[in-house]
Amino acid sequence: MKFSEAWLREWVAPKLDTQQLAEQLTMAGLEVDSVTPIAGGFSGVVVAEVLSVEPHPDADKLRVCKVSTGADQPLQIVCGAPNVSAGMRAPLAMLGGRIGDMKIKPAKLRGVESSGMLCSARELGLSDEHQGLMDLPPDAPIGADLRRYLGLDDTAIEVDLTPNRGDCLGILGMAREVGALTGTDVSEPVIAAVDATIETEFPVNVTAPEACPRYLGRVIRGVDQNVATPLWMQEKLRRSGMRSLGPVVDVTNYVLLELGQPMHAFDLAHLSGAIEVRYARPGEQLTLLDERTIELDTETLLICDQQKPLALAGVMGGIDSGISPATEDLFLEVAFFTPFCIAGRARRYGLTTDSSHRFERGVDPDLQRRAMERATSLLLDLVGGEAGPVTEVLAREHLPVKTPIALRRARIERLLGFVPADDQVEDILSRLGVALSANQDGWAATPPTYRFDLTIEADLIEEVGRVFGYNRLPISTTQGQLTMRPVPEAATPLERIKALLVDRDYQEVITYSFVESELAGAFSPGEQAVALANPISSEMSVMRTSLWPGLINTLRYNLARQQGRVRIFESGLKFIQQRTEIKQDRYLSGLVVGERYPEQWDAPRQAVDFFDLKGDVETLLSGSGLAAVFQAASHPALHPGQSAVIKVDDRTVGWLGCIHPELARKYEIPNKTCLFELELDILLKRRVPTFEKISRFPSIRRDLAYVVSAEIPTAELCNAISSQAGPLLQDLLVFDVYQGEGIETGLKSVAFGLILQETSRTLTDADVDSVTNGITSQLERQFSATLRE
Amino acid sequence: MEALAALEQQAQAAIEATTDLQSLDQVRVQFLGKKGVLTEQLKQLGSLPDDQRRTAGQAINVVKKQVQDAIEARKGELQARLLEAQLASERIDVTLPGRGQQGGGLHPVTRTLQRIEQLFASMGFVTVEGPEIEDDYHNFEALNIPAHHPARAMHDTFYVDAHRVLRTHTSPVQIRVMETQQPPFRVIAPGRVYRCDSDLTHTPMFHQVEGLLVDEQVSFADLKGLLDEFLKHFFEREDLGVRFRPSYFPFTEPSAEVDIECVICSGEGCRVCSHSGWLEVLGCGMVHPNVFEHVGVDNEQYTGLAFGMGVERLAMLKYGVDDLRLFFENDLRFLQQFR
Repeated sequence: MKFSEAWLREWVAPKLDTQQLAEQLTMAGLEVDSVTPIAGGFSGVVVAEVLSVEPHPDADKLRVCKVSTGADQPLQIVCGAPNVSAGMRAPLAMLGGRIGDMKIKPAKLRGVESSGMLCSARELGLSDEHQGLMDLPPDAPIGADLRRYLGLDDTAIEVDLTPNRGDCLGILGMAREVGALTGTDVSEPVIAAVDATIETEFPVNVTAPEACPRYLGRVIRGVDQNVATPLWMQEKLRRSGMRSLGPVVDVTNYVLLELGQPMHAFDLAHLSGAIEVRYARPGEQLTLLDERTIELDTETLLICDQQKPLALAGVMGGIDSGISPATEDLFLEVAFFTPFCIAGRARRYGLTTDSSHRFERGVDPDLQRRAMERATSLLLDLVGGEAGPVTEVLAREHLPVKTPIALRRARIERLLGFVPADDQVEDILSRLGVALSANQDGWAATPPTYRFDLTIEADLIEEVGRVFGYNRLPISTTQGQLTMRPVPEAATPLERIKALLVDRDYQEVITYSFVESELAGAFSPGEQAVALANPISSEMSVMRTSLWPGLINTLRYNLARQQGRVRIFESGLKFIQQRTEIKQDRYLSGLVVGERYPEQWDAPRQAVDFFDLKGDVETLLSGSGLAAVFQAASHPALHPGQSAVIKVDDRTVGWLGCIHPELARKYEIPNKTCLFELELDILLKRRVPTFEKISRFPSIRRDLAYVVSAEIPTAELCNAISSQAGPLLQDLLVFDVYQGEGIETGLKSVAFGLILQETSRTLTDADVDSVTNGITSQLERQFSATLRE
Repeated sequence: MEALAALEQQAQAAIEATTDLQSLDQVRVQFLGKKGVLTEQLKQLGSLPDDQRRTAGQAINVVKKQVQDAIEARKGELQARLLEAQLASERIDVTLPGRGQQGGGLHPVTRTLQRIEQLFASMGFVTVEGPEIEDDYHNFEALNIPAHHPARAMHDTFYVDAHRVLRTHTSPVQIRVMETQQPPFRVIAPGRVYRCDSDLTHTPMFHQVEGLLVDEQVSFADLKGLLDEFLKHFFEREDLGVRFRPSYFPFTEPSAEVDIECVICSGEGCRVCSHSGWLEVLGCGMVHPNVFEHVGVDNEQYTGLAFGMGVERLAMLKYGVDDLRLFFENDLRFLQQFR
């Protein structure tokens, strides 16, 4: 809501300067967004009359004018405006005057002297329009100071009204609020009823009274639109952010701004039979004032005549029945539409209008007659004509009813932590127009009809707190019971998991949860992504089905900025559509590329590979105490020979691998980009230890190397060794894997270190030999392995 | 006797001349070994007359002791010299950089979130989470924002379909907690939220922390006290100016917005605070009775306070970041500043 401060002060004049007024509004919940002077900084500008216009001898586009400011001698002014003409009145910046930082001095324009400057509205900071000289009315007093004449020492105040305060969407409401906040009387202009001078009425039928409980119509015949809207009205409109659009529309807009009541003027000649207020019928269409034709749905309230829809009720008029310059007879509409019936309708058709903005928040249901009389009298003054009687269709039972609300003293104290004295509560609420009747517990409070936001006790308590001043209310420390919260030992906080990665030189990133559809498909082709109905761009059109695309985008961004070593991770939800359900599960993903260690004078330069990342993943998993198994498996985004599925209890919990060379090429990232992804929930488990006796007897290490087919996964050999060795095996290491000279092609040598120990005695060589012999023959049987001597 | 003195002198000279432990040991063998010169002298004592044997024996032993001591002393010297040489040869340049990983860092949003969580955890608030694709009921309806409510237009919602949205705030987590648990409640809900808006000062995704405290004696005064305390602790400024402005949220009544004195200019007025000296950092209020009704909490028995804050906004103010979009560009040169 933007309005002229001077206009407000015609209604209510608190003893506050502009800044204080703005501050007070803000601190009462009507946040002032901006306070701007309505004109630019200028001085020495007066109303002048152009007496004559002659061509410039040396310039096609310049004119030489004789201009009068009321002094004896006319001034010679060179002017380039296309609309300059003899007889017009326009602002003249006199010698010695100032426009912004420009001082007006005598000048020669192409050899012709000019003693001042005729101004456009834009040059004076009054408008953005640049249509030549500002054309002042013919009765503008010649020689008068323009600032004083136009009342330009005014500011436009813009208030960011919250949706509950529809009552302040007019000077009337704003004045009421300022009056209540400052304890100043509001002087409303007298709005007298305009007597009908003709009999003409246009019939009105309301078939949807619940949506339109009150409808007022009035015919005005014989208007003359060939008049200019008076400057004072134009200025008020302009200062409130509205353009002048002709006298009739200007009047309806003026009433909208002044009283907060939207209204509409129809061209009576285009109405047939009677006004019908009804819901749209299937298949109906309407072409709006903005020339768009919309298909109407049956929840849309319409103003129709007996043949066709005329207007979207409370939103926008139709183009066919609107006012044109040729209109002679008007039908004025002022209605109360139920907020619930208007809410959302405008947006449904991609519209927001000043009218719908007010109706969906609630317009005072008692305001319509005043608005009708106000508009009629302004119109008759301006465009003449003869007014008929007001037709009113009222369904009182559907008007909002204000019932008394029980306001308890104790509840005020409970909610605010404080209760002002009774007379203070009464003063605050009655200033806001709330009718009070005291009782034992407090009051029965009836809010005024224009406050749609006051419906329950808490609403009134807020008003008491708000006007009393939030910052004057007490402050206290919350009291509560001290109860101990459980701390499950079998859980690890996410912070710990993140800290672990950070300590291993990973940088956390946070990427958007929506990604490009194609990228999502490339990294999890089997999954159905959740698409957004209204994405902000195609790069952010589906919810991620993997965290990898975000990491890949981050990698690409940083590679392009000379970062060759990238080690990043992210945690968050990924979203998978499963029939009608959407699975939203927490994951942790990481990506590494570049040198294994930061470049250092004594460390060999080596690129990270699968096993670096696997080491990190194993560490992440180790705290959980879960037996995670890594198996070779192929993933469409990963190198088929360098990827593993991670399983716990046979269930897939993650993936690990190097990027597929095809994807690396496609997205222009290094082949050695390694990625992992893990279900976060398994990482948040923690092993709770149980004590085991430490053996007093020494352990024995035996190293054994076997030659087996290169195809056999080492994990299978380890499993076979473990189960064959039984409980004596304390630890099993793989300390060497070798292929090459001395080993037949297609075979590999794997060297194991076995740590054996018995808890009750020292092992003998014979014990150990029996174990190793058993292992050797088992591996021979199972894998055709041969012991490498 | 002269011979003995000469022998000692000879031994002392030999010890003096040694340069390493090995040659010193040779000297020891030469004089004190089983066939050493002094040992031989002792062996010859038997051939002396009884009256001389005693004095001669004593004299030899004195010399032997002196030679032994000299060898020990020399050994000490040589060992010290050896150690010194070893140490000198093993000297390294300790100013060269160390080996291994450097340590990464958390995202500044996470860092800020952890800080917020810690502060509220110290007051007994439990961290809870909720889904990011939320249904219309939890995101709007149960929060007293029915269909077509003008407040919905302010949310710039991303829609998945007619009934599901990307949550526009973390407030639905309030509902999920209250509908499944019994009061009292003391929770905070951090997380990602989404609005269909992208420009200089808006990103389509950002983070919020929602807080909820419901108990039998909770008032607006407590709300003021809690947030005042939080903000002072968060910014670690005991004298931080905090003010409460009436506002409107459908799910709280009374509602307020909280401003802090501008931390950039200390309230003097600058570009960041639009020369007002104040910065809006929080929205809050007392839980609306309609919300309690939706989740079945007795409105007469309980009152509640709720608040919500934008994490990026707090992070920007805390670290002086001047561009919101930096948080999601993930430029390592930006992120590494928060290590």
